Parts: sequence; structure tokens; C-alpha cells
Amino acid sequence: MSNTTIFSAKKIITMNSSRPEASHVAVRDGLILGVGSLEELATWGEYTLDARFADKVLMPGFVEGHAHTMEGSLWTKVYCGWFNRADPNGKLWTGAKSVDAVIERLREAEAVLEDPTTPLSGWQLDPIYMDNTTVTRADLDRVSTTRAVGVLHASGHIMNVNTKALELAGMLKPGLNHPGIPLGADGFPTGELKGPEVMTPVGPFVGYERSMLDADEAGLRNFAKLCVRTGTTTITDLASRMDDETVDTMLRVTSELNYPVRLMPFRFFMGLSSKELIAAVLALKERSTDRLRMGQIKIVVDGSIQGFSARLRWPGYHNDAPNGLWYIAPEHLSELLHLALKAGLQVHTHTNGDQATQLVLEKLGPALQEHPNPDHRFTLQHCQLADAAQFRTAAKLGMCVNLFANHHFYWGDEHYALTVGPDRATRMNACRTALDSGVPMAIHSDAPVTPLGPLFTAWAAVNRITASGRVQGEEEKIQVREALWAITMGAAYTLHLDGEIGSIETGKKADFAVLDADPTACDPMLLKDISVWGTVQGGRIFPAANL
Amino acid sequence: MKQEIPVVVIGGYLGAGKTTLVNYLLRNADGRKIAILVNEFGDLPIDADLIEAQDDEMVAISGGCICCSFGSDMTAALIKLSEHNPTPDYVVIEASGVAMPGAVAANISFLVGFSLAGVVVLADSECIQAQAVDEYLGDTMLRQISDADLIVQTKIDLISSAMVQEVRTWLSSVNPKAQIVASTQGKVLPEVILGVEIVAGQPQASRHADAGYESQVFNKIAPCNPNFLAKKLATGGYGIIRAKGFVLDHSGQRWLIQIVGERYDVTSAALEELVAVVCIGRKGRLETDEIQRLFEN
Repeated sequence: MSNTTIFSAKKIITMNSSRPEASHVAVRDGLILGVGSLEELATWGEYTLDARFADKVLMPGFVEGHAHTMEGSLWTKVYCGWFNRADPNGKLWTGAKSVDAVIERLREAEAVLEDPTTPLSGWQLDPIYMDNTTVTRADLDRVSTTRAVGVLHASGHIMNVNTKALELAGMLKPGLNHPGIPLGADGFPTGELKGPEVMTPVGPFVGYERSMLDADEAGLRNFAKLCVRTGTTTITDLASRMDDETVDTMLRVTSELNYPVRLMPFRFFMGLSSKELIAAVLALKERSTDRLRMGQIKIVVDGSIQGFSARLRWPGYHNDAPNGLWYIAPEHLSELLHLALKAGLQVHTHTNGDQATQLVLEKLGPALQEHPNPDHRFTLQHCQLADAAQFRTAAKLGMCVNLFANHHFYWGDEHYALTVGPDRATRMNACRTALDSGVPMAIHSDAPVTPLGPLFTAWAAVNRITASGRVQGEEEKIQVREALWAITMGAAYTLHLDGEIGSIETGKKADFAVLDADPTACDPMLLKDISVWGTVQGGRIFPAANL
Repeated sequence: MKQEIPVVVIGGYLGAGKTTLVNYLLRNADGRKIAILVNEFGDLPIDADLIEAQDDEMVAISGGCICCSFGSDMTAALIKLSEHNPTPDYVVIEASGVAMPGAVAANISFLVGFSLAGVVVLADSECIQAQAVDEYLGDTMLRQISDADLIVQTKIDLISSAMVQEVRTWLSSVNPKAQIVASTQGKVLPEVILGVEIVAGQPQASRHADAGYESQVFNKIAPCNPNFLAKKLATGGYGIIRAKGFVLDHSGQRWLIQIVGERYDVTSAALEELVAVVCIGRKGRLETDEIQRLFEN
């Protein structure tokens, strides 16, 4: 029996400019032996021809450079979002378009719970789309008065709970004085909890018992299923606290025979001093496997634009909200950049606002002069408001950017009307400018903030359509081929993996996205609707239908 | 009812002197069991000679004090601390250099078992005015100062006395509500930072009120409207930095009043507590006679 398999396909889009298209790909030992015609590949000797993809289009397995395994964990809870969203098992949940619809959905889930003390948790509620209707504990009491109920918002920063949950957490009392705990006319909390600090004491009573950033076993499995369904074969977990238990779980689950994804977790910078962090991440790097790539650091510099916690340069927020928050002191940032460069560890920095981006650019320059590293690929994550000058500087410094293309669809209208105003909203996530400035670029979903789906993300960057259907930023659109590059080679480059994955090319991992149609041949508006048959990862075949 | 643990939030930018102040408090704990909660940046902020033992979770400090670091989840760290045995007498949270201490303090208000004992913000006498106009940090610095009940103007030995006064005037213009005290090498009367101590139901005058402070016990206090009295003490210009004690209302109910800067708090107290209030102010600035008149009236 031969150990070479040659797959035939309707078309293979390689993302390798030396051979952009082919009809066959040969795989041996999980690696790509060659790409070409059957005749050419047959020169390698004995093979098995596998024609199951004869009517499919193969692309390099998609690479998602900014997601969180939390997406997988959340699917153990009730989906309460506004938009339709597919779960790990392929069921499409229709969007809940009113508070009543959300309540109804929670009631259905409640009805099948047997243990009366089990909490009921929901996620992805987004009242922005319901005219900012406030959900109260009275609403959630309609789900249950005896069982704790909690629903996390899409932002991840607000939660609504019922009366029972407040009671269990000792917060059902009048006169609480906290901006994150709105009070009703009776002086008691309304059940809306704003901000992680306020959510923490109630979390354990409503099924949000541990840090949602830490991957758990069920979550990792769900996450992997979502990857297969979206053609993703390598994905980041950005960021994780990576305590021993989490790392052990990640190592165990990803090493299972049929785990279909290569996972790249980044160590969250908080919780350790700079020196300890570097030592811890160096130690993690040593424990890496093919399917669990550790040894990177994630720094969060500011907050979010729609939460008004991102740091903006002049003229600041369009609605005159005060400037946002720093999550790291400039000196601390500088120290970490120095130490990481010295240790040869890669850093990705979350900067939403342009002032936060500017700070990173200004701090990285001197650090690089002290610890020169021409191929560091430190990456500005989100980087949503960067202007052309910042992209040029990023390129000069050897940085990459990973722009939040999906954001434009989900919150573009809000940014236009409220947060940054028409002008800057139009140039948000400026993919065209980034590419023209010569900065290596990826685009991302930040799942679970928006759903995982590289083809959707490509669609968002190509068409720049907002939720209301407007084109926002015609000049910042990119071509389909550029978007497809961004979700394969572009993202692989930001992870230092472009030599291993991102294209279908001899010597690379046999990682393929198996598509039912050709994304280069369809109407660009239909990119997001191309169905995904499944994936091949390391030569292993994963049909979505069999998950 | 279990006593709530008073929590002091200490804010201020890197280099303002938070670590020095914390170590001074630990050296002068005087039997108080203080738990220090620190953010993680930099090395452990406890002087080596004070450390008795150390593991991943916690540092044990001489005198029954402890120190733990919290990453991104302060609330979880506090909940854990409330289960620590023995229970700390005070919690001091050393906020990160860019944190908004007011927001940190707000998170104390709903936590069962804790009560906020004030927001103390440190300002480096040499640097604060430059920091306040820094492109990146300026607004953060101003918001930190505005959050304070009590501002500690640190490192006054490094600048002229005229400059000390100028910085003080400037701080006061940024936050007119806060009391301002000055310090060198972190030396501030522990009661000023932590609040008046209560031992066996009695508020204690400070045992060390010599370094620029006075600490006065008042026990001739007529039955009153406790909220009105507390507000008056906090905002009436009596020079009170901190005050704490027990008063009676007109129905004979006992109340604990606590003051730091213009922040005041009134809670019902047990029947056995003695009626007495301790007020602390800067030496020569505490309007003792007027305070006495207020209590008697």
C-alpha cells in the first residue's frame, strides 16, 4: 500500500505565485509532496488516487490570526444574538430580534433542565440592535424565579441577570452605589451588570464560573468543530492566562488523534512581572507540539471603540465621551517590548484606538535599536483607526497588522453615527491603505466577538458593507485575491508560520479548506455564502458532515 | 454581624511612591493585620527584610500581614482574601499606574464583607505637573487626582518649599474636595492612610500623631442626625483628614460614622459601642473647638 495520496480537485487555488492553480495535490506523511497535474505527481512513484474532491475547490487551510477558544466554550450556553449564527454542530440559530424572543428562547432551554439548581446562561445579547432596550431582572424572571439566569452581552462586558442570581450573590439590596450597577425606581439593582468587576461576584451563580479566557475541554472541542465548518486549520487563542491546568488541557485535547486544528495560544501579559512573564513564556515554548504552538505574548494596550475605552488621538470621540483607558503603563509596555525582543519572543499588541497604536510604534522603535531583530513580526492587533502614516511607520519597523474587517459590518453604523463620526468610520480597518503602505496584513473575526468565518471576513474586507447595507469606505476595499491572501498567507506570516502553512506548496503541511465553489470566480458579494465541505489538516480528512 | 473589612485604594502613576508608602505602612502596622493587593508590574513591592515566607499565591509578611498580586481580576482576589484565615484588619489595594482609582473603589461598594475606607492618590511633587500635560498620560493623571479623597504629595524633600506650596495649590485646584498631605520617604501617619483604629468598640487616638498631625478624641457628643453630622464634618472646612466613631441619633440608635476627605459613610452600629469620635488633621489645621461645638450642638 502506497503512503502517497494524490487528491484530484475541480480546482486547487494554491496561494503560491509560482504555481497559482493546479488540478492535483500529492500528500505524504501529512505534508504536501507536490502540486501539479496527475502526470507530474505520478513521477513520485506509487500512489493512491483519491477523487472525493473532484467537484470541490481546494484552498490552503484558512488561518485565523485573532480568535479566542471562548467561542467554543460559549456554545454550551444559550445563543441570544441578533444575527443568525451556526453552532459547532452545524445548527443555524436564527437571530433573536426582540427581548421577548430572547426570553422565549431561554424559556425553551429552561424547560428541559432537570436539576432545579442548575443555572441557565445565555450569551451574545446585543441590545444595540433593539434600540438599546434595557433588559431587566423582571424580564429574566419570566424565564425563572427559582433558577439563576444570566445572559452575557455580545461585547462581553455587560451581563443581565434575574432576581434569583442577584439574591444568591448577595446583591439584592437597595442603595448600591456603583456606575456599573444601575438601580431601579425601588432602589434595587435592575439586574444589569456593567464591567467585568461587577460581573465576577455573580458569574459563578449563573454559569460563568471561571475566567472565560481559559480554554476548557468542551470548549476546545466545540472550537475545533467550528474551525472545520469554516475551513480553518490553524487558529490563535489570543489571549490565555495559560495556567498549568489550562496548558495541560490544551496539550491533552490537541494531541488527540482526531483533533483537527493547530492552535496557537498567546500568553496574556497580566498576572506576572515582566521578567517572570518572559521566563514563563520561554518555558511554554519548550512544551510546544505541532498542534499546540506556544511561546507568544499578547499585550492589551487599550479598550474598545464601541465601549468608549479605546485611546484615541485628537479629536477623540465623536460624541464627546472622555478618552478611553490604558490597560498598561507606557513604561511597562516599553519594558516588555525590550525583554521580549531580547528573549526572541513574539508580541502581539491589542490597540483599537489610534493613540494606543501610536504609543506602540513609539515604544518599539527604541527597543529595536537596542535589540535589533529584523524579523520580529510584532503585530498590531485590531489597529482599527490607524492612518496612513501609522501604517507606513509600522511597515518600516517590521511590524504586521491584523485588521478587524468584521467589525465594519457589525458596528460600522455605530461608528459612523456615534463613536468616531463619518470621516474616521469610513477609514476604519483601512485594508487598502495598509497593503499600499507595504505592511504585512491579516484580517480577523475576534471570535466570539463576531463569528468565526474567514470567508465572511474576506467578504467584509472586499465589500465593506455595514449591517444597514451601506458601503462604508469605498476607497479602502481590497480585491478578492488580496482578501484570500490575508486569510491564508497573510495570517500565517503574522504568526511566523508562513514557511509551514498558508499555501499549497511542496514541503508545507497538507492543510486544505475544501470548498463547494470557487471564491475567485463568484460575485464578490457572494464570498461569504460559499459553503465549506470541511478541511484536510496534516493530511487527515475532516468532513463537516461527520462532526 | 461580621465586621466589614475596610479597603483603602492607593492610586498614582509609576514612581509616585506607592511601594515606598506600602512598605512604610507595613513597618508601622503596629499589630494591624494588613493585606496588600498589588498589581503585577515590576518586582515584588515588599522590602526583602519584611518577607517571612512566599509561595505562588501569597507573600507572608512579619506581623501577620500578607501580600498577594492580582492580574486582571481584582474582585476574585478580594473574594479569596475574605476567606483567608486570619481575616485581615485592613486591605490596601495598590492600583496599577494607569488604573482609575475611583473605578477600583467603586468595585468595593457591592462586595459583601468589605467597605471602602477611602481613595488615596499619590502625586510625585517633582513630576506630577509635567505628567499632567503628557500627551499620552495627561488626562489619566488628572482623572486619578480627581478621584482622590486624600492626596499624598510625595518626595517633598526633593523640591524647594515654595515649589511644594505651588504643587499643593495646583493639586487643590485639580481636586478641591480632597485633603492633601505631604510626605518624604513614604512617611504618613498610618491612621491617615488606613483610617482610625477601633479597638474593643472604641475609636483610638493615634499613638504616633507627632509628625505633623494631630489626633483628637471627642466623647461629648449630643444625639444628632448622623447623616447630617457626618456630612458637616466632611465638608464644613474643619481640617479633618479622617474621622471615625460612634454617635447616637435622637431615637437612641447607634451609628458608625466614617470620614475621609469629603467622603462620608454612615452605618448602623451595635448597641455596646461607646459614643466617641476620633478626628485626625494636620497639626494646627484641625479646628478642634469648632468640631467640639458641632458635636455638642
